[in-house]
Amino acid sequence: MECLLGLVGKDFAITVTDTSVIRSITVLKHNENKSRELNPHTLLAFCGEPGDTINFAEFIQKNIKLYGIRNNVELSPHAAANFTRRELAQALRSRSSYQTNMLVAGYDAQKGPSLFWIDYLAALVEVPFAAHGYCAYYCLSIMDRYYRKDMDLEEAKDVIRKCIDELQHRFIINLPRFVIQVVDKDGIREIQL
Amino acid sequence: MSGSYDRALTVFSPDGHLFQVEYAMEAVRKGTCAVGVRGKDVVVLGVERKTALKLQEPRTVRKINMLDEHVYMAFAGLTADARVLINKARIECQSHRLTVEDPVSIEYITRYIAGVQQKYTQSGGRRPFGVSSLLVGFDIDRTPKLYQTDPSGIYYAWKANAIGRNAKIVREFLEKNHQDDMNKDESVKLTVKALLEVVQTGAKNIEVVVMTADQGAKYLAQEDIAGIVGDIEKEKEIEAEKKKKKPLTRSS
Repeated sequence: MECLLGLVGKDFAITVTDTSVIRSITVLKHNENKSRELNPHTLLAFCGEPGDTINFAEFIQKNIKLYGIRNNVELSPHAAANFTRRELAQALRSRSSYQTNMLVAGYDAQKGPSLFWIDYLAALVEVPFAAHGYCAYYCLSIMDRYYRKDMDLEEAKDVIRKCIDELQHRFIINLPRFVIQVVDKDGIREIQL
Repeated sequence: MSGSYDRALTVFSPDGHLFQVEYAMEAVRKGTCAVGVRGKDVVVLGVERKTALKLQEPRTVRKINMLDEHVYMAFAGLTADARVLINKARIECQSHRLTVEDPVSIEYITRYIAGVQQKYTQSGGRRPFGVSSLLVGFDIDRTPKLYQTDPSGIYYAWKANAIGRNAKIVREFLEKNHQDDMNKDESVKLTVKALLEVVQTGAKNIEVVVMTADQGAKYLAQEDIAGIVGDIEKEKEIEAEKKKKKPLTRSS
């Protein structure tokens, strides 16, 4: 029922997360933060089973931070995504698996921006744009139609606006608030549409 | 069968000493000197660094290490042993954040390190760490802290202290010159001055980290240290000249 979107622009990657915590037919919370900063240039956005997601995301966050401290160099977004996938895959084959879907958005000084899609079965794909959950039904087609490589920030915001409009029109769940975060050469920041 | 192999190395001598621990302390006394100074809103770590060989990559030799964003550690003694200790401490720092969502307090991580060191003095098939460490950092209430650990597993809090080679001389110097409520520049100067008591080669063999609550930790650039060393030497010259002149004026 949650919304998790992402796309890669010219020199940045964007993630969109909703802020609702829903259990059964009740909305428990309107201001949940569904992302974690892995390092200054990598962002992990997630959705899924509420306990699992935060547990797993913070576990990954702390391990990637530890890597940075130990080696005096930060993990690249690509490496961070693959590390995340591997941890998830190992957990999946144990007694305690995590039901967590994720997007890893990052900016690499050499390779530029990137976006990785990871689902709870630990499949990993690098993609230009991505969506998780029910909102994928609405948003993937919109992004398919309007996405271009080398979009600037304003154009990207336009596409996201279209996605959110569609969700608020058609989707049965009411998602009133979204957090939009940009990762670029200056790091991670939140923006308004 | 394996009885005689995995017995503790650290066994009491008849007069109540643990020789292995005392030898570890000796390894610390042979290690390079490290100084820590606590000021008003600042803590400073300074270490004596061995000169890198001509073809060596100097970046690979680190005597002051980050444990977490708000904790730094310097050590005296066996570098290889210290690396193991640093690794354990770094893991504990992140693990602490993960379980209680707060950064470690400086005392907590010191106690943890001291705990590890103590364990190695009392369990089978191990030898003590040949390492003393100085930990500096800021607690969540933004107070500066300075702690020390020993191979035996003891830990102390200090206003200023030195470990390693000639630590006694440096500590006596600090006892004479330390004041409460020193500002950033004064603290850095005292650290460098204390190190210069035992480091002959001057600025290029000194490494300094300055920590403030607002700006976090910063490694001082080589030029800045050279500048401070220059100032101190100038001051010393003026002092020496004054001393020379004084008896002259009295006799005339």
